[in-house]
Amino acid sequence: MKFDYVIVGNSAAAAGCIEGIREHDKKGSIAVISDEKYHIYSRPLISYLLKGDVSESRMQYRPADFYKVNGVETLLGKRAVSVDSKTKQVALESGEKVEYGKLLLATGSKPFVPPMDGLDSVQNRFSFMKLDDVKGIEKAVKKGAKVLIIGAGLIGLKAAEALEHYGCEMTVIDLADRILPSILDKQISEIMQRHIEAHGVKFLLNMSAKSFNKNTATLTNGEELQFDILITAVGVRPNTELAESAGGKVERGILTDKKQAVKGVKNIWAAGDCTVSEDITTGTSHIIAIMPNAYAQGLVAGHNMAGASDKFEQAFPMNAIGFFGLHIITAGAYTGDCYEEVDGENVKKLFSCNNKLCGFILMGEKIARAGIYTALIREQTDLTTVDYELLCRTPQLAAFAKEKRLDILSKGGGAA
Amino acid sequence: MKKVYVNEERCLGCHLCEYYCAFANSGEAEFYKAFKLGRSAVPRIKVEDGNGINFAVQCRHCDNPLCMKNCIAGAISKVDGVVRIDHEKCVGCYTCVLSCPYGCVAVGKDGHSAAKCELCTANGGIPQCVKGCINGAIVFEERGETA
Ligand SMILES: Cc1cc2nc3c(=O)[nH]c(=O)nc-3n(C[C@H](O)[C@H](O)[C@H](O)COP(=O)(O)OP(=O)(O)OC[C@H]3O[C@@H](n4cnc5c(N)ncnc54)[C@H](O)[C@@H]3O)c2cc1C
Repeated sequence: MKFDYVIVGNSAAAAGCIEGIREHDKKGSIAVISDEKYHIYSRPLISYLLKGDVSESRMQYRPADFYKVNGVETLLGKRAVSVDSKTKQVALESGEKVEYGKLLLATGSKPFVPPMDGLDSVQNRFSFMKLDDVKGIEKAVKKGAKVLIIGAGLIGLKAAEALEHYGCEMTVIDLADRILPSILDKQISEIMQRHIEAHGVKFLLNMSAKSFNKNTATLTNGEELQFDILITAVGVRPNTELAESAGGKVERGILTDKKQAVKGVKNIWAAGDCTVSEDITTGTSHIIAIMPNAYAQGLVAGHNMAGASDKFEQAFPMNAIGFFGLHIITAGAYTGDCYEEVDGENVKKLFSCNNKLCGFILMGEKIARAGIYTALIREQTDLTTVDYELLCRTPQLAAFAKEKRLDILSKGGGAA
Repeated sequence: MKKVYVNEERCLGCHLCEYYCAFANSGEAEFYKAFKLGRSAVPRIKVEDGNGINFAVQCRHCDNPLCMKNCIAGAISKVDGVVRIDHEKCVGCYTCVLSCPYGCVAVGKDGHSAAKCELCTANGGIPQCVKGCINGAIVFEERGETA
């Protein structure tokens, strides 16, 4: 098998790449390899599927004719085991070899399960990353089941929200002193915690599981906890093995340049959760594991693979997510001067440093028009050129200089 | 293609367009019903009254729609120049609200879905905000932009 473009992974970054390639090259052959056997689906929607909000067909990330329209050959349910960058071949577990002209690694991440004594004796143990995880949980869950979730991050809490629909009795434990530590500060985390607790979820923080004996956990405080289902959502690790086998540079994730080309090898690009990005709000490099980042990087990779020249230079964390009807929108880093409004569950915190907006946390009714704040971060807008006081109170275009405002309103915007 | 444009000089900040927009998208047969009886239809156009000026803002149907690119569900697409939300697919995460640089995607009335201007393509094709503006402050016209 030989293709002009080969993509490993069939998710957000892959979609970006396919669409990026097709903007510039309508003819070149494209193959997508994934060990998941499904049509491209939205990973975050697995919790909505479990909850019953969407069906499997409605969680497809692209329409049913996506591969056909884009002339993509799919090799699904097949695992890639190594890449030989000299012969330009991807070796599959099945023994097949797929030759590429240009290769994208869009392999995402896998769940990290910390070693815990007796974990293998647990029945009904799941991660919460894939469609197959949901299928497994759906089979195992009974009304009123006792569920233990390890990890009070986005993934663990999305699982909790979905399982509330089965009337499950839920306990969430986390080593951290607060829930959602990656996106909320302590004060707002506590507001969200109370909101989620009101829906019957119990939290044990500063806590982890020492050991398991079948479906009984012994916690670090000595307490024993019996459960029917265990969900581990402690964290994720990037899938970097293919990049390593090809001779690409890997640190915490795959290292790429701004064109998404993998450092240290030729003809190989990488995008999404498996890569390290340079965060414009902190100046540091880390993995930014979100859909917008995966898609944008995939798109840039696709443009470059097809011979155009494009760079991705606007990486920063951003999340819009809700739990039990309470929504949060966050972005960037929470450092510098803070403008703050806290009114029950309606919260706004804006962080600025060196006349730039570097981050924000919005909750409840304060999420309206959040994108105006996001754009200040993305475009690194000098806050002395806008009416920042007005913006702090309400996000609005009136706070921009007339010229800029008219430019937006009189044209198509053309969002940069 | 034809788009909705605002005429800042003529806008009095009466917010009438918001009402017409919300009504047109409410699915109610009578105007008052969209707003009374505990229902509050969501407008997809927003009149700003900050800094002593008034103007209406609605989706620019961008060349590079960040709402669409960032949508986690693949629920937003651009068809014939109009950026649309597939409400069957939208789960109301509001990543589009996070992404739109102009603040033009609204939180839906039920809190489960996002709402934005689709140029009244589903309501007869004539933008009701334009039709309802008695000051000529909003127009629907061709300005030779690319779709
Ligand atoms: C429950 C949950 C909720 C989330 N909610 C949000 C949210 O609200 N907003 C947001 O922005 N992000 C959210 N995320 C994160 C988001 O899903 C990821 O950032 C995104 O999916 C990354 O896309 P990707 O293309 O990089 O990789 P992935 O989606 O991880 O896809 C990689 C694919 O490659 C396959 N693969 C890997 N290695 C191989 C191999 N060797 N051979 C063959 N196939 C391979 C994998 O099986 C997988 O199918 C959530 C994630 C989860 C799990």
